[in-house]
Amino acid sequence: MFENLPLWPVRASSTAGSVDALYIFLLTLCGVMCIGIFTMIAVFAIRYRRSAGNRAEPIEGSTALELTWTFIPLGIFIFIFVWSAAIFFRERTPPKDSTEVYTVAKQWMWKFQHIEGQREINELHVPVGRDVRMIMTSQDVIHSFYVPAFRIKQDVLPGRYTTAWFRATKPGTYHLFCAEYCGTMHSGMVGDVVVMEPAQYQTWLSGGAAAGSLSNTGQGLFQSLGCSTCHRLDTQGRGPNLTGVFGKPVLLEDGRTVTADENYVRESILSPTAKVVSGFKPIMPPFQGIVSEEQLNALVAYVKSLSAQPSGAAGTPNLKPPPGETPSTTQ
Amino acid sequence: MSDSPTVVATHNPDLQHHFSSMEQQQDASMLGMWVFLITEIMFFGGMFFGYMVYRFYYYAAWLEGSQHMDFWWGTINTVVLLCSSLTMVLAVRSTQLNRRKSTVVFLLVTILFGLAFLGIKAIEYHGHWTEHQFPGLNWSWPGPYSSQVALFFSFYWAMTGFHALHMVIGIGLVLFIAYHAWKGKYSALYFNPVENVGLYWHFVDIVWIYLYPLLYLIGHKKG
Amino acid sequence: MATVAVPIERENYLNKEYGVASWLFTTDHKRIALLYLLSITFFFFIGGFFALLIRLELLTPAGDLVQADTYNKLFTMHGQVMVFFFLIPAVPAVLGNFLIPLMIGAKDLAFPRINLLSWYLYIIGGLFMMYTIVNGGVDTGWTFYTPLSTQFLDTHVVAAALAIFIAGFSSILTGLNFIVTIHRMRAPGMTWSRLPLFVWANYATAIIQVLGTPVLAITLMLVALERIFRLGIFNPQMGGDPLLFQHLFWFYSHPAVYIMILPGMGVVSEIVTCFTRKRIFGYRFMAVALIAIAVLGFLVWAHHMFIAGISLYSALAFSLLSYFVAVPSAIKVFNWTATMYKGSVSFDTPMLYALGFIGLFTMGGLTGLFLAALGIDVHVTDTYFVIAHFHYIMVGGMVIAYLAGIHFWWPKISGRMYPEFWGKLAAMIIFVGFNLTFFPQFVLGYMGMPRRYWQYSPEFQVLNVLSTAGATILAVGYVLPMVYLLWSMRYGKLADANPWDAAGLEWTTSSPPTTFNFDETPVVTWEAYNYDELDAPKEVPLER
Repeated sequence: MFENLPLWPVRASSTAGSVDALYIFLLTLCGVMCIGIFTMIAVFAIRYRRSAGNRAEPIEGSTALELTWTFIPLGIFIFIFVWSAAIFFRERTPPKDSTEVYTVAKQWMWKFQHIEGQREINELHVPVGRDVRMIMTSQDVIHSFYVPAFRIKQDVLPGRYTTAWFRATKPGTYHLFCAEYCGTMHSGMVGDVVVMEPAQYQTWLSGGAAAGSLSNTGQGLFQSLGCSTCHRLDTQGRGPNLTGVFGKPVLLEDGRTVTADENYVRESILSPTAKVVSGFKPIMPPFQGIVSEEQLNALVAYVKSLSAQPSGAAGTPNLKPPPGETPSTTQ
Repeated sequence: MSDSPTVVATHNPDLQHHFSSMEQQQDASMLGMWVFLITEIMFFGGMFFGYMVYRFYYYAAWLEGSQHMDFWWGTINTVVLLCSSLTMVLAVRSTQLNRRKSTVVFLLVTILFGLAFLGIKAIEYHGHWTEHQFPGLNWSWPGPYSSQVALFFSFYWAMTGFHALHMVIGIGLVLFIAYHAWKGKYSALYFNPVENVGLYWHFVDIVWIYLYPLLYLIGHKKG
Repeated sequence: MATVAVPIERENYLNKEYGVASWLFTTDHKRIALLYLLSITFFFFIGGFFALLIRLELLTPAGDLVQADTYNKLFTMHGQVMVFFFLIPAVPAVLGNFLIPLMIGAKDLAFPRINLLSWYLYIIGGLFMMYTIVNGGVDTGWTFYTPLSTQFLDTHVVAAALAIFIAGFSSILTGLNFIVTIHRMRAPGMTWSRLPLFVWANYATAIIQVLGTPVLAITLMLVALERIFRLGIFNPQMGGDPLLFQHLFWFYSHPAVYIMILPGMGVVSEIVTCFTRKRIFGYRFMAVALIAIAVLGFLVWAHHMFIAGISLYSALAFSLLSYFVAVPSAIKVFNWTATMYKGSVSFDTPMLYALGFIGLFTMGGLTGLFLAALGIDVHVTDTYFVIAHFHYIMVGGMVIAYLAGIHFWWPKISGRMYPEFWGKLAAMIIFVGFNLTFFPQFVLGYMGMPRRYWQYSPEFQVLNVLSTAGATILAVGYVLPMVYLLWSMRYGKLADANPWDAAGLEWTTSSPPTTFNFDETPVVTWEAYNYDELDAPKEVPLER
């Protein structure tokens, strides 16, 4: 409805419609309220103007009226709250089989790493109709990933991952803006989200990465950085076996249980002694300052891929070897 | 000169012109001090909040940091401050009983305790400095969790630093009151300033009562 | 231009003593109010100048007037100056200082010397701010988010933080003074339920000032310490959490907006009653609503952080609470409207401003409902929608209420009347200019234009041009009162004690009042806004 009015951006995601619907409802409600109140004020001002000889009538108040105009607005507000909370809940709950794109924001550009290995700067290609989950972090200050046409926005923080998801519903090119002030060229940290038909997207994909998939890159790093020395995949070494770990609860040395999500894996690489797995010693060296954000993303993608197997697989996971190396089954 | 024509024939020379009675003046100044102390609670509260957040995140580092506090100096300082609050209260009581000399003596002893506290803190600070425990300036930590222990020490220096600043101000206030007490300004009829300074002093003491266990006693076991 | 033959001027607080020293060392709350009036007007024009430069740059999509860094400094310092050196002190420190003792029948505030100290702290903070501005400025955004402000900028962050820290103590002391004064210095018979709502409003404000400002103080201190000593409190690489800063900052800065608006609401209640000749509709509800806003205002701070990385459940809680805090504000708007019903309405300048306030505050407040709605906030936060929302409330609400109050009490403050024609004209210019400036920004925001953008995408240009046009009109509107109010101090019609026939103890004193306000301490036996008694046919002698 009203697609071409210059009052809102094009609706290009699955949630844009519901956001706009609530917006239009609120506009209407507030319009009605304003017109109502302003009309009453105008009518009273004119009808009871002193220049026509009106004298004031002493009126103290009316508890009934006060209660009415306390609880009716409260009721309306709670209705709006529930409606908007439902939208928010959907916006914050990515569907389970979303495609993932790792994002690193830095002053003043957006770097994207597709799972398949493509890297993009300031441009993000996605297929129409597919759920896409952005896993984002910042290299420096707080940024914010904002695509008005999708009606999504999420702050991107240094030191942790934040996520946002969308399903593009309309092919086209849409603005990407940084929406958290981040220094000199904050207003230049803009880009495009290019939504393509599935066939076009496949073509674009195959034009892409020489380096292999993100998790392959991660696997290479896992070996070259020496992770595989302690984190053996065939048995328990000095460090926990990471097979099947991602997404599951982990019991820590201090008794807490946490879920092994992206932030957990990231923290465990950068600052391993923050959360030590029960039964292990805090001997893993920290990799803070040694790995870049992009490398971290690759490692996280790799650890994730170790859980893509049927659970209970005790043998070596079935992975493609990094390009140029012979496959090895033991490390 | 338009002075208020409602001046009562015999009024207390300490009555300020905009108050209608000494009682109103004293009520007002005491309420003022309480409101001010509430603002101080909010001020220190911000730091306590930050401390609690990081203690939750980094308990092991907090434990480490606390073990490197000087337990004995901290405990002595706590006793010193508690004694100073006692002498402060006795000073207020002496004023209420028109005992000028006692008042001055108690106030001066309070100051001595305050100075002792600051002296001990200076010793502790010196120790932490020579151990390279000042984040940013000379930090060097041989053990694990270095940057997290640095966070602990940041809070230590900030919280005890602001506390010490308040102690210095407090000592200044007590000195001011002691001088006026010596000049005979306070009596059973007018002891309100002594009381108010006493309130401030007790507050600074209470802040330390919270700081001490949070900084010195984490996971502390006797011996 | 000869003045009318003037009778020998009665002694009042203005002519009691002359000379700079008599002003700089005064303890008279009325003189201190004027000292504040001068200083906040100065900062208003500094902040306004920055705003004009911002709007000029935004005429075109490209960044072609100033450099990007300069633009970032402009919006930062516009915000800091306007919030901390104009909006926070304006009504309390000028009108509150002047009127509260008068309204409650006291000779001065509880602590006159602390009042003067408050002003000096404000000036010292202001000097630090001027130092910052003159020496290259600061570009953190008025919100100082870390780690940008602690690690990535080399502008005068510490100086700006210190400026605000010191000004914050000015605010705390003013609040402390008001609380003690209102509790302890009311004249006999002036019970809490007889207090003018202006006093209630400043009381509620003072509670926020006293509880909230110290948290800002320690937060800015931590930012300064982090910069100076390179601590890691907010630095993720050292284990710190940037979100901790945001929680601490917004814990103060959200209630701060209520510090800004509550006194304005108090002003509007005084004016609406006077110019409808009626008691306020629902006095008790109005007073309770003020306190409710102050209390609830402390519980909603993270609605500035819905997408900052807080948990879903936190966001839900803060959204719900934000809807709760909207209710008392709505009640006030309904009550002001109901006060006009069967009133006797006149349209002097203060009333025009007050009506403008009600309209614009309603619009601004309603747009708050959009922002509290989680699903919508995701789209509009950090865009021009937020900017429009808070300018509707701050400028359309607060500044207009401030001007309303200045005009209403001008005869009391200066002993002169302002010229009514120019007053009405300026009010209308301001109203038109304001709406033209800020309404387009709602649309810009929903269309996706982010805030703090030096350059922007071309499709946003038309609305930006409209907004800038409005800003120039608004600027004219603001300059007019400066000119004619100053003019009136010398050439304006002399005012008598109560030119509006208003209720309220302040109107029983001379215009201007004497230094000690009342020749005899009043004894109050009437309710607030007793217009029905005041306007009654005069067979019955008035109770004053």
